[in-house]
Amino acid sequence: MSVLVVVECDKGEVKKSSLEVATYGAQLAAQLGTTATAIAVGEATEANLAQLGEQGIAKVLYDKEPRLKDFVNNAYTKLIATAAQQEDAKVIVLANSNIGAAVGSRLSVRLQASLATNVVELPHTEGGQFVVKRGAFSGKAFSDVVLSGERKIIAVKKNSLEAKHEAGQTATVADFSAQLTDADFADAPKQVVMQDQAGGVLLPEAALVVSGGRGMKGPENWNLIEDLAKALGAATACSKPVSDVDWRPHHEHVGQTGITVSPNLYIACGISGAIQHLAGVNSSKVIVVINKDPEAPFFKAADYGIVGDVFEVLPKLTAAVKALN
Amino acid sequence: MKFLVCISNVPDTTTKITFTPDNKEFNKAGVQFVINPWDEYALTRAIELKEANPGSTVTVLNVGEADTEPNIRKALAIGADDAIRVNAAPKDAFFVAEQIAAVAKDGGYDVMLMGKESIDYNGFQVHGMVGELLGIPTIAPAMKLDMSGNTATLEREIEGGKEIVQVTTPFVVSCQQPMCEPRIPNMRGIMTARTKPLKVVPPTADAPRTQVQAYALPPKKQGVKLIDAENAGELIKLLRNEAKVI
Repeated sequence: MSVLVVVECDKGEVKKSSLEVATYGAQLAAQLGTTATAIAVGEATEANLAQLGEQGIAKVLYDKEPRLKDFVNNAYTKLIATAAQQEDAKVIVLANSNIGAAVGSRLSVRLQASLATNVVELPHTEGGQFVVKRGAFSGKAFSDVVLSGERKIIAVKKNSLEAKHEAGQTATVADFSAQLTDADFADAPKQVVMQDQAGGVLLPEAALVVSGGRGMKGPENWNLIEDLAKALGAATACSKPVSDVDWRPHHEHVGQTGITVSPNLYIACGISGAIQHLAGVNSSKVIVVINKDPEAPFFKAADYGIVGDVFEVLPKLTAAVKALN
Repeated sequence: MKFLVCISNVPDTTTKITFTPDNKEFNKAGVQFVINPWDEYALTRAIELKEANPGSTVTVLNVGEADTEPNIRKALAIGADDAIRVNAAPKDAFFVAEQIAAVAKDGGYDVMLMGKESIDYNGFQVHGMVGELLGIPTIAPAMKLDMSGNTATLEREIEGGKEIVQVTTPFVVSCQQPMCEPRIPNMRGIMTARTKPLKVVPPTADAPRTQVQAYALPPKKQGVKLIDAENAGELIKLLRNEAKVI
C-alpha cells in the first residue's frame, strides 16, 4: 500500500505544479503511515527526478520510452495504471492540469477508483472516511466530498500548497516499463506547438499574474502590462472582451470560460470585474485592482486597490519593483 | 456522420451562489438555469460540422430530471435534430458518465462532444470516463475540431502550447474556446424545436463513487485597502512587507 504521485516533466524539468503535488503526496503518505512513490511523465532527467527527495518522495519510477516525451492520453493512462498496480497504490495524486485531469478521469474507470479534481487541501481521514475539500461553482464555493471505494485519485489545484524543499534529500530513480505498444500511441500528437509566453512564465502555473482589460484601450499599450510582469517575474493574462477582439491570444483569457487561475498575486489593470471574470480569479490569495472608476465592482473583491489611470499607475509600479530589486 | 452532444444544466453565470440551510445542496430557489457555457461550444461545433456534411445528425443528450427540458429544447432550437434525456438527477461525474456511455453504446455515434467541464461542479472528468467506458480515445480539452471523412484533426490545449492530434471515429472530444462562436436560437428554430423528438429513458442502476458532504462559501474579504494613485509605488512595498507575496 502506498501513495503514487504523478509528476509531469517538461524539457527535463519537473513542473512547478508537480513539485506541489509531490509535497502533497508525501504529506498524505505520512498521514496514512506509508511512503510516496512517484511516476514521471514527459521529458525528464534522472538528476532532476532524484531531487524529488526534497519534496519527500522516496522513489521515482521512470519509463525511458521516447514517445512519452509528449502527452499521449492512452499511453500515459496505461503507464500510470501499471505503476499503481505494481506499487499497490491506494491513492494516486496528480496535478489538476490539462494532463492530470484528462488522465485522471480515464484512470478512475480503469482502476475503479473514486476521483476528485480541483482539490485544495490534504484529505481528512478520521473515522474511516476519506473527505477532500475541492473548489466548486467556478471558485465561488468549496465542497467537502467523500471518496468511496478502496482506491482514490486526487487532482490537486495549482498553488494550493507550497512545494517543500528539504535540501540534501534525494529520491531513488528506478527504471520502469509499462510494456507500451504501438496501439497505446494511436492518439499521439502529430505536432506540438508551443506558444510565446511573456517573460517565459506559464499562466496556468504562475504564482504572480498581471492582467489587462478593456481599460488598456488597445493591444499597443500592452507593453505596460508586460513591463510590470517582467519586473515581477509574473505571467500576463487578459479578460474575455480583450481576447474576443484579438488584442491578446485566447490562451491568456482568464475567467469562467477561460483559464481559472489561483496565483499568490493577481493584478487586474483596467478590468471592471464582471462576475464571470471574478469566477476565474477569486481563489487568488491577494487581488490588486487598478481602475479609474471607483465604482468598478472588482474593488469589492480586491485586497488592495488604486483608483487611477492605468497609464500613469503601471509605470510607477514597474519602477517601484525595479527599485526594490 | 452521427454526432452526440452532451449538455448539462447549470446556474446562469451571474448567479449568486447560496446553499440550503444544511449546506448539503445548492439553493435553486429563484435561479435561472442555462446550458453549460462549455457545452455550447460542443453543440455549435457539432451543428457546424453537420451543416458541412450533408446527411449528418446531431443528437443532444442530457442526464437530468424534467426541469432540464427547457434547455434541451433550446439546444434543439439552435439546430440539433433530436434529444435524449436520461431521467435522473446527476449524482457525480462517474454516475453521469455511466448514463452517457449506456446511451452511446448502441447508438453508433461517430463523434461525442461535450464541454471540458461544467461551471457548477467543475469536474473535468466526464469526457475521460466516457471514453474509457467505451474504449475509445478522448481528446480533452480541444480548441479546434475539423473532420475529413472519418478522420478528425484536433488542436488540444496543453500547458504552454497545443498538440495537433489526428484520430479516427469514434472518439470523445471535450470542447473549449476558441472552438467556435456559440449560436443563439432564432425564431424559426424555436418554433421547429417544439416538434422535434425528445426521448426520455431510465437511468442505469449504478451508484456514484463520490458524495458531497457539505458546501461552503469562501471566507469574506476584509475589504479593499486603497492606495493613493500619486503614491502608487507604496503598493509594491505593501505587497512585499504586509501581504508577503512578492
